[in-house]
Amino acid sequence: MDGITFELLGLQLFTGLALGAIYVLLAVGLSLIFGMLTVVNFAHGAFFMVGAYAGFSVYRVLPNFWVCLVFVPLATGTLGMLAERVLVRPLYGRGLDYPLLLTFGLAYVMVELVRIGFGKQGFPFDTPALLQGSADIGVGQFPLYRLFVIGVTALVLGGLWFFIEKTSFGLIVRAGARDPHIVRILGIDVGRVWLLVFGLGTGIAGLGGFLAAPMQGISPEMGAPVLIVAFVVTVVGGMGSLVGAVAAGLLVGVVESLAVLFFPEAAKVSMFVIMALVLLVRPQGLFGRAGLMN
Amino acid sequence: MNTSVLAMPARHPAAIIALLAHHRVLATIGVLLVFPWLMPNPSVASTILIYAVFALGFNFLFGYMGMLSFGHAAFLGVGGYTAGILIAHFQLRWWLAIPAAVVLAALVALAIGVLAIRTRGIYFAMVTLALSQCVYFAVYQLPLSGGENGLRGVNLDQVGPAALHISLLDPHTKYYFFLCFAALAFGLVSRFLASPFGGVVEAVRENESRVRACGFDVERTKLLAFVLSGAICGLAGALSAIHLSSVAIESLNYETSGLVVMICLLGGMGTFFGPFVGALLFLLVQDLFSLWTEHWQLYVGVVFMGFVLFFPKGVWGTLLEKCNVQ
Amino acid sequence: MKIRIPTHNAALWLATALASILAAPGALAQAPVGTIKIGLPVPLTGPYGAEAKDQVRNAELAIKEFNDAGGLAGRKAELLVRDDKLNPGEAAARALELIEKDHVNFIVGALSASTQLAINNVTRQRKVLYISISQSDAINEAADFSRYTFHEALNPQMTTQAVGRYVFKKGMRIAFLTADYAYGHEMTRGFTRVAQEVGAQVVGELKHPLGAADYSTFLPRLQALKPDVIVFNNFGRDNQISIRQAGDFGMKKSMAFVTPVLTYTSRLAAGPQVYEGVVGGSSYFWGIETSTPSAKRFNTSYRAANGTVEPSDYGSVAYSAVKSLLDAVKAAGSAETEKVVDALAALKYDTYKGAQYYRSCDHQSVQSVLVIGSNSTSGKNPADVFKVLQIVPGSTGMLRSCAELGHK
Repeated sequence: MDGITFELLGLQLFTGLALGAIYVLLAVGLSLIFGMLTVVNFAHGAFFMVGAYAGFSVYRVLPNFWVCLVFVPLATGTLGMLAERVLVRPLYGRGLDYPLLLTFGLAYVMVELVRIGFGKQGFPFDTPALLQGSADIGVGQFPLYRLFVIGVTALVLGGLWFFIEKTSFGLIVRAGARDPHIVRILGIDVGRVWLLVFGLGTGIAGLGGFLAAPMQGISPEMGAPVLIVAFVVTVVGGMGSLVGAVAAGLLVGVVESLAVLFFPEAAKVSMFVIMALVLLVRPQGLFGRAGLMN
Repeated sequence: MNTSVLAMPARHPAAIIALLAHHRVLATIGVLLVFPWLMPNPSVASTILIYAVFALGFNFLFGYMGMLSFGHAAFLGVGGYTAGILIAHFQLRWWLAIPAAVVLAALVALAIGVLAIRTRGIYFAMVTLALSQCVYFAVYQLPLSGGENGLRGVNLDQVGPAALHISLLDPHTKYYFFLCFAALAFGLVSRFLASPFGGVVEAVRENESRVRACGFDVERTKLLAFVLSGAICGLAGALSAIHLSSVAIESLNYETSGLVVMICLLGGMGTFFGPFVGALLFLLVQDLFSLWTEHWQLYVGVVFMGFVLFFPKGVWGTLLEKCNVQ
Repeated sequence: MKIRIPTHNAALWLATALASILAAPGALAQAPVGTIKIGLPVPLTGPYGAEAKDQVRNAELAIKEFNDAGGLAGRKAELLVRDDKLNPGEAAARALELIEKDHVNFIVGALSASTQLAINNVTRQRKVLYISISQSDAINEAADFSRYTFHEALNPQMTTQAVGRYVFKKGMRIAFLTADYAYGHEMTRGFTRVAQEVGAQVVGELKHPLGAADYSTFLPRLQALKPDVIVFNNFGRDNQISIRQAGDFGMKKSMAFVTPVLTYTSRLAAGPQVYEGVVGGSSYFWGIETSTPSAKRFNTSYRAANGTVEPSDYGSVAYSAVKSLLDAVKAAGSAETEKVVDALAALKYDTYKGAQYYRSCDHQSVQSVLVIGSNSTSGKNPADVFKVLQIVPGSTGMLRSCAELGHK
């Protein structure tokens, strides 16, 4: 372990935060959808990928990164709402497994459609000119774009917090996560709420995909590895808990990043070890509610 | 079962199906005996048979007990690698290697089960996923496994006394060799399902708290079911290693776990013949589609979604339902 | 209780559909008797679909040339393409099917190391000639070798010898970013050997999991090692992404970027900016036609069959494998495996890039290796993506010795 300086540690920590930011975006969407609809969305990685491709397509026509940044979550969210209404809604009441299985198949279909439409190779995506280069953050040079990603994630989380805590619609979302039956009895159209929540969750996932595009390019398979991480993060944080998703996302990102310094071969399996440990000690996740599965 | 069923003329398809359902193991073996002659070639039949055994093991846990695990690839892989390493590196005889594989898979299932049973629902699925990924990682690092290159050299050419010349290089002989083990597995599962234990297993799926209230040890039942399920999947893995003469590290991947879930759903969860039907349907569909188009995953995905939406009981389950059996 | 027999018969429909699916394969047309059948399992689905498609085109070209020249006393050759889905289990199953159902004479194929090893295991058990067209060190070793196993493609040892000797100088500091699988390990081993021979110093290696999308956790640590050269021992998307991200971190300013295999498709996919200044190795680049007559002949033939595209590196290996195989068939005067094996082992051929032959102890094709650099501006030809820095002629000195590989 020679050469581990304070600067290296600090840089690695920041890298972990940037990594965690994308995980957080995905996990928040997954957690929202599960908390509200009790649906495990196995197509979440596919929506991530579709967001990247949607942004790429619009960018080809209108090369303005900021316009795409706004467009992508709206487009992906709309697609999500369509999927919810047509595919997931009919399965309500049939048990936890069926929507899960449906989204599993949906992922296959979405990935293949993108392959047919855009080819298998994938494309590079250049960082917008304004955000190229690196900045000195005290412990070393860090890519400007990754700082931007951290910033956007914080903004999105802030907006989401405001929406859920301070608006009446957010009140319904919170109530629905607690007890959907009572919410229905109170006369609220739960169906509409589900639609919007599903759209919101998938829209955020799409945004995550588009943000990730300049860092890794886009390819039809980019959703699969990220989905697994998103599940781990959501489960560690606690399904249905947004605070949990944020905490767990950053935790996993930082641990993975630091693991590379000390035990590189196990870096990728480190998150599974964390997940297994957390679930054995606290089966509902760090911030999850016990008895959520009944 | 209604006695009037047996009084119906045997020509009625529904009556035949009812009769078969009553003697399910024999019926299954009967179908499997003629199966390789119905397939384009016997090696495809072997592959389907092995996946059917894999699905049989998984179905016991998922279809009959109602526990969705996303980590069953671990048992398939452990079975495959154990048998493979014993045969390839230690030149152990097959009649020692295959049971060893089953036992080791059962042990791994015990270890994972003890940890996972404490959780339920989606958490159970995720814990099994996580633990199977740990198994994947462990096997990958093991020098004897060949890592990413996979394990080669599982060359079982001859079985039995040399004078009988039972060569596994002949695809038909190989299939019937596997069938012996598959028949054992089907018979075992059937016995378990028909026993009081089987009754408790299905009861847990329907209403766990009630079973607990009746005084049954639910945790022990779950663990036993999990171990049995793992053992059968281990058998499938061992057979697969001999079939392909190699074991791929991909067999431990979560995608393989997802595959068996799809197969069980397509075939019919909680039915006896469903796993076989699912394996047949899935592999044939996949093979046929991939001959016609490189975008076969699209069609497989659409077919799968269609089943989830419209035929949730799977092909065999829907068939049984239409004929009003059971 | 009456048993209801369904009239509107979903069940019967399903049964009929199933039956017709079962019957369909038998209805496929049979090839004419006497045809020489060559099976080609390649990963048509998956991330290397583009490379695999080019392998198919190239193999078809070789078959066409053979048939147009009259075949073997009138007997034509036929290519049976199968999709191995980049999965070793699937590859083994396809190999079994090709041998048992389609009765192929020979098999050429595979793109990844694990799939070729799985296919090889099946073919050597059944004494079927197999030519592998993918990089791997393992297939040369005694454990996987057999009389029927041939390796047309480069192996990591050859690639690292060529590229390493071009780049490494005495006293240089070398760091590795290695993908944690066989390919990566073999490349690191090869480069380390060259470094020792030349007197360069290996200052560190970081291993990343195969298929990683984010390398940000590795790059600061690599930077801290202060190397003169950083070698990216990975392939395909991993290669594209890691080089791009290292560039983002500003590492090109202080160190040279080297990679053992710089593929045509990767360069096209990732673009000139990412690969600017990167030096790598390759089995083939169409641009050598100016100095190599067989390359010109091959390129012309390929363009005639496929339009204004150039053959890729991975694709052209498939061409060479099938062409040399069919040359051996002609030399042997028969398609019988044992005779063709002997003929192929003794064959001296020049299919597309210069003289080649198979070393007898491990059936590794001794061939030239190219050291190439990325061309940042392709000018009028979008396919002109590389400049050839050096053509290292083939020699057994580039290979590991027979003894080292375990052959007696």
